[in-house]
Amino acid sequence: MDLMIFTTAPWLNVQAIFDGIMIGAVFSLIAYGMALIWGVMKIINVCQGEYVILGGYITFYLYNTYGINPLYTIPAASLFVFLVSFAIYKLVIVKVIERDLFVSILATFGLSIIIQQLMNTIFGADVEVAQSGLGTEFLFDNMVTVPVTRVFSLIIAVLVAAIVVIFMHYSKLGRAIRATSQNKRAAKVLGVDTDKVYGYTYAINGAICGVAGSLVAMTFTLHPYIGLPYTIRSFMIVITAGLGNFAAIITSGMGLGILEQYADYIIGTQFRIGFVFLLLVFIIIWRSRKLLKKREYLK
Amino acid sequence: MKTFRKTMTCLLSTFALFLCFSSAGYTKVDGDTILLGAAVSLTGKYSTNGKHTKNGYDLAVKLINDRGGVKVKGKKYKLAIKYYDDESNSSRAKELAERLIKQDNIKFLLGPYSSGLTKAMAPIIDAAGIPMVEANGASRSLFTKGYKYLFAVLSAANQYLESAIDLAAEKAKESGKKPSQVKVALAFEQDPFSLDVRLGVVEAAKRHGMKIVVDGKLPKALNDMSAILAKVKALRPDVLVVSGHSKGAMTAIKQIQEMKVDIPLLAMTHCDAAKINKKLGGGGEYTLCAAQWHKSLSYKDSYFGNGMDYAKRFEKVYKYDPPYQSAESSAALLVWKSAFERSNSFDTKKLRDALSKTNMQTFYGNIRFGKTGQNIAKPMVLFQVQNGKNAVVAPTEWASSKLIWPAPKWSERK
Repeated sequence: MDLMIFTTAPWLNVQAIFDGIMIGAVFSLIAYGMALIWGVMKIINVCQGEYVILGGYITFYLYNTYGINPLYTIPAASLFVFLVSFAIYKLVIVKVIERDLFVSILATFGLSIIIQQLMNTIFGADVEVAQSGLGTEFLFDNMVTVPVTRVFSLIIAVLVAAIVVIFMHYSKLGRAIRATSQNKRAAKVLGVDTDKVYGYTYAINGAICGVAGSLVAMTFTLHPYIGLPYTIRSFMIVITAGLGNFAAIITSGMGLGILEQYADYIIGTQFRIGFVFLLLVFIIIWRSRKLLKKREYLK
Repeated sequence: MKTFRKTMTCLLSTFALFLCFSSAGYTKVDGDTILLGAAVSLTGKYSTNGKHTKNGYDLAVKLINDRGGVKVKGKKYKLAIKYYDDESNSSRAKELAERLIKQDNIKFLLGPYSSGLTKAMAPIIDAAGIPMVEANGASRSLFTKGYKYLFAVLSAANQYLESAIDLAAEKAKESGKKPSQVKVALAFEQDPFSLDVRLGVVEAAKRHGMKIVVDGKLPKALNDMSAILAKVKALRPDVLVVSGHSKGAMTAIKQIQEMKVDIPLLAMTHCDAAKINKKLGGGGEYTLCAAQWHKSLSYKDSYFGNGMDYAKRFEKVYKYDPPYQSAESSAALLVWKSAFERSNSFDTKKLRDALSKTNMQTFYGNIRFGKTGQNIAKPMVLFQVQNGKNAVVAPTEWASSKLIWPAPKWSERK
């Protein structure tokens, strides 16, 4: 326990909250993608984190081979993962979509291993990073550091989220996706091509992950096997926030970011991921109790 | 359809049976070839260093064979290695150790990459009485269990960064401070190797009476250590020591650069393997890196010559500068060759005794095994990144450059 640190260095609170919000924004983005396919297709996408890392590697590849500033590679990473996940939908997901939830978890888990290993073969097991060269800003007499890349990530995450929300509400495909998520049979009766909707939903999630991956490549480091924590985090955010509630996803994403930072400061970095798991357990218990209460009320 | 299935099952089981029996006929010395066995990480998270390991092995095998091979009982033998991919997974490594020994009947082993995998294989080879010369498992726990058949050519993990602490004490004295006034910050991954490095560092700090102000521990699956660094920034220690394989080194340097954390002395492991400085555009300047070996050291042998000769030969074949993981792997084969020739036999017991009496100099350093199978004749090397190059600064008798201390503040760097 290291609570004293906050009294000797009170600005660390500001630092923790800043960092938490900035990384939380990226988590929220990834979680939103997961909520989307979970809601529409009833699939828990276990390879979510791998899509993120794949997007990161596209950014890294363009940066490393062609010297393109990673800031400009975001559309390419997004498009690439969009196409890859569309292909994966056609090859694998389409076969598990109507099946038991367990089957889709297994299938996407298998996919995550395949993607990890392919990334390892293609990009190597070295730790990579794409430098955006944006520099760092300082607040409070140099004690609080704000890497501009993280601010940029925050802005992009918000921007992409806004685009997706507008798309969902006003475009034809977006409306079809929402209709399918609300009632698949009714949507089908009314002429929505649900197969097409599924394919696009899955690919849109890929595109979102691609953007998030680019941001991860710039703010953190890349490694083929680092995807799982992103999957877990987004799973947790979705469980807390529920499906289809965008504001809740953002708040719980940023909340998780801040809590993680505090956990890191207080109980130590070694328990940070463990803390996320523990939180997950508590939230599941809490939610099931809440549901239980509701049921009692109904009686 | 049914008959087809039956025939297929029949055929397949015959084939399987055939495989079982044929592998039993495989022996350690086949005609004029001595077959060594190794499980190396060709896939998975250690695959980069696994490849360095394999390249080191292959380079030495080729050189030894080109120079006439190994002479045992008046006959010349060539060396060959049977490889398996352990997928960077310790339970797989365990299986492969069994497989190499029991199915492939191999009697001479080389080590895998990383302490964790070596640790998984060690009890099996020791119980079977099959000697293994390993070059990439530095964890102290490998040498405290009383294994009789395990020999390591490298220095143990707890020695990695001890000298960095000694260096900090030395510098404190020079600047008129007491070593006990030095504040130390630690950031270590939770794996057997890094924890051993930590042990050595903590012991050294205790010896000098230094105070540990930050004791950060990093989980394996994390690429963010900004919280630890924010603490470091707040508490201003004189030394920061980081160990967490390539990922830890990379993350640390990237975020130190980003957060502009000023530390007079920053020391870490694995900065060579990750070639961090180049990737981060100079962010790794002034970092001290612990290494088992550096090509500028002047140790010599009759096969590879000195470190520079080795580096040239290696680069010609593999097109990159040899990391120490390759150098130590090559050295393991020189040890095997010498043991074969000294024992003049293929008997595993005699070979073990010959191995334990090894006392030689290779391009990689002096090799003499202590009672526990650990190389006690070679010190660790510390180099500092100066102008994008690795300059050896410790131990002082081999050092080619002077330590730049304290590292300039970020605000003063270009």
